[in-house]
Amino acid sequence: MIAPETEQDIAEAVRGAEGPLLVQGNGTKAGMLRPVQAAATLSTKNLTRITLYAPNELVMSAQAGTRLADIEAELATAGQQMIAEPPHIYGEDQTIGGIVATNFSGPRRVMGGAMRDHVLGVRAVNGSGEILHFGGRVLKNVTGLDVSKFLTGSFGTLAVMTEVTFKVLPVTEATGTVVLHGLDAARGVAALSAGLGSPFSVSGAAYLPAEQKTLLRIEDFAVSVKYRTEKLAAQLKEFGAAEILGTAASKTFWRDIRDCKMLDAGEAVWRVSVPPSAGPGVLRAVEALGVTGFLDWGGGLVWLTGPADEATHAAVCAAAKAARGVWWLMRAPEPLRAVVDVVPPESPVLAAIRRRVEEKFDPRGIFNPGRLRAA
Amino acid sequence: MLQPAPKPDVLAKRAEIIAGLRAILPSDAVIGDTISLKPYETDGLTAYKQAPLAVVLPSDEGQVVAVMRFCHLHGIRVVPRGAGTSLSGGALPLEDAVVVGVMRMNRILEINYPDRYAVVQPGVTNIGITQAVQDEQFFYAPDPSSQLACMIGGNVSMNSGGAHCLKYGVTANNLLGLRLVTIEGEVLEIGGTHCDAAGYDWLGLITGSEGQLGILTEVTVRILRSPEGARAMLAGFDSNEVAGACVDAIISSGIIPVALEFMDRPAIHACEDFAHAGYPLEAEAMLIIEVEGSEQEQTDMLRRIRDICAAYHPISMRVSETAEESAAIWKGRKGAFGAVGRISPDYLCMDGTIPTSQLPNVLRRIGQMSDDYGLKVANIFHAGDGNLHPLIMFNANDPESFHKAEAFGADILCLCVEVGGCLTGEHGVGVEKRDLMSVQFSPAELAQMRGIKTAFDPNWLLNPAKVFPLQ
Repeated sequence: MIAPETEQDIAEAVRGAEGPLLVQGNGTKAGMLRPVQAAATLSTKNLTRITLYAPNELVMSAQAGTRLADIEAELATAGQQMIAEPPHIYGEDQTIGGIVATNFSGPRRVMGGAMRDHVLGVRAVNGSGEILHFGGRVLKNVTGLDVSKFLTGSFGTLAVMTEVTFKVLPVTEATGTVVLHGLDAARGVAALSAGLGSPFSVSGAAYLPAEQKTLLRIEDFAVSVKYRTEKLAAQLKEFGAAEILGTAASKTFWRDIRDCKMLDAGEAVWRVSVPPSAGPGVLRAVEALGVTGFLDWGGGLVWLTGPADEATHAAVCAAAKAARGVWWLMRAPEPLRAVVDVVPPESPVLAAIRRRVEEKFDPRGIFNPGRLRAA
Repeated sequence: MLQPAPKPDVLAKRAEIIAGLRAILPSDAVIGDTISLKPYETDGLTAYKQAPLAVVLPSDEGQVVAVMRFCHLHGIRVVPRGAGTSLSGGALPLEDAVVVGVMRMNRILEINYPDRYAVVQPGVTNIGITQAVQDEQFFYAPDPSSQLACMIGGNVSMNSGGAHCLKYGVTANNLLGLRLVTIEGEVLEIGGTHCDAAGYDWLGLITGSEGQLGILTEVTVRILRSPEGARAMLAGFDSNEVAGACVDAIISSGIIPVALEFMDRPAIHACEDFAHAGYPLEAEAMLIIEVEGSEQEQTDMLRRIRDICAAYHPISMRVSETAEESAAIWKGRKGAFGAVGRISPDYLCMDGTIPTSQLPNVLRRIGQMSDDYGLKVANIFHAGDGNLHPLIMFNANDPESFHKAEAFGADILCLCVEVGGCLTGEHGVGVEKRDLMSVQFSPAELAQMRGIKTAFDPNWLLNPAKVFPLQ
């Protein structure tokens, strides 16, 4: 493994590469999507500095190998946090580069946006070994094509990101949760939709089928949280009596949802994104195959787990497709990941454009070949 | 300004091309005579004018496909156009180009409240989306000053912002899906009605691409529930430094107002003369701060903000008590460009972004430049997110004055880059800032962006001579 300590040396390593490279940070998400066939590994794990933190400008820059946990600890010193609330399901060694490369967002995505909405700038090395920067450190920037956004979620297939700059926000004074009990998935999601369609700025909206719990989170100043949770509970009274959780209980609850603690993870794990009201249908469609899960993002994000075989995977994909949504195979044994569509296939027109774009970034095709799709 | 030489073969075949377009479109959808072309020769950046070869006004995606195939086959350049409100010349025609105006594609196709989205055609106005959903108390968040006229297709192409994007984000943060037609006449479907892409973020790449990659035919936007209410306050300060420090203090306190706007003395005077909003004329700098929520929440939040402002010795502070007062406060701000236009009919509106802590420094240096160039400037600033709009006043009848204004503007944008910011926060590069791109990007970075453009449009027929410096 090559794990340089400077961006210059990353560029050097790319220029000197004689074949495909497995591009990664700490490699915590290696079991996600397709396996990469590469003789060498290029890691950013030794680029670990926070290079800029301006709390009054809501901005932080960090080298790609900086651990998410270290970034969150630094933000906490100024009472701030990552807006997208990235899940910690891949352990404490996840790097910020990995979070950005996978566009990995948690419950707050439903209101605050995804990681891709907060990435302001990126430094990266392209396949020719050139060091490039796109975007910047300011919150509003439309100068040229938004390559920072395009690299976010590209799974290391276009360029090796060496530093990312992202927007952050204050941790709110209080958190509250409105909990409704005993609803089936369809009713639960109807309640979530009503909550997200209310004026109370719901920042988390999840449904847990096993416990038949419907949860709506509000984060704000304490007086607002009190006011809004009560108003929301009253507005949702047709869905039954609500329980209201305070800050401490809410924080624990939503951390567990963020990290999928209630997912009794089997061999395979999928993430499916659909229009929110289609979430319950996805759960129902795969139930008989022994696939279980829960709903986040108001019903739109379906976390699923079940047996790792082609038939089950095909059923999950079919359910996502029927709901006009998309899927990611988040975890499965390598043989399965190597032979199935881990993300939805593209149209032929888009595939042709995609290949031409990839060739412009990585002419030799050396970065994570096959990670998203078979060649 | 240098423009690429028109293609002689295209100019020579003008009559044939117009006849060819008439054969594939309804007869009233092709404009070819000199007088009817006149309204299309410029956009919101009126300093530049160029009549196109022809204008076509398709009314559905099928017609866009037909036009693109025709233009691709004959090697004809294509310039997309929405309402023509671009402040960077994004819709400026070329002599040998066909302008594709999307204004007839103005239908709202679907509204879904439970899933909180609307599917609209590109010629729907920005305000038109909000108007379509406001009876259910929903709205579409990005609110550029031109929102009464500008179209969602243009908003997506330029990734438009607005005064309220501190809380709600810019266009890119409020989209779910797009349909567009490539230069080859192929239809691409990007995203949908769900969140996030499994694979590359084409939605993010196409948003803000200024018509370089395709012509939009359908846009799926997120719609949001309106807040219970909103209220604005004003605070006047006796220096830009103090007002800037107050902005820092508000953000650092953990309060993110829905809008946080800054105006300097010339801007305050221009806007007050126009809107009579009760702006403090004796102040050197003024903040407009808006909060949202219930009556009680607004009062509580404004109290916190007033307490913070008080530490910076404001020379005036006023919380609006009624919806009318709030509206008057915003009328001044949203009418700022028109207000400056009353003082000086000709002005250039610049659009850089800076790290907010650089504000006092940047305003001081703009003041020095103003003296050096002998041109007046008024500064309006989305202070929460660092987006600065200096309005440079000049006399268009005096070519020297115009050239000075352009040079002044370029100096300001270079300064924005120098202090860690960028050339454009929300207006786009267009033709206006095209030749400054190398101030912000290295040759290799520009080559990488050009490569993406080439992957979509190998012959560079789509909106050429914009965004990238001419080579």
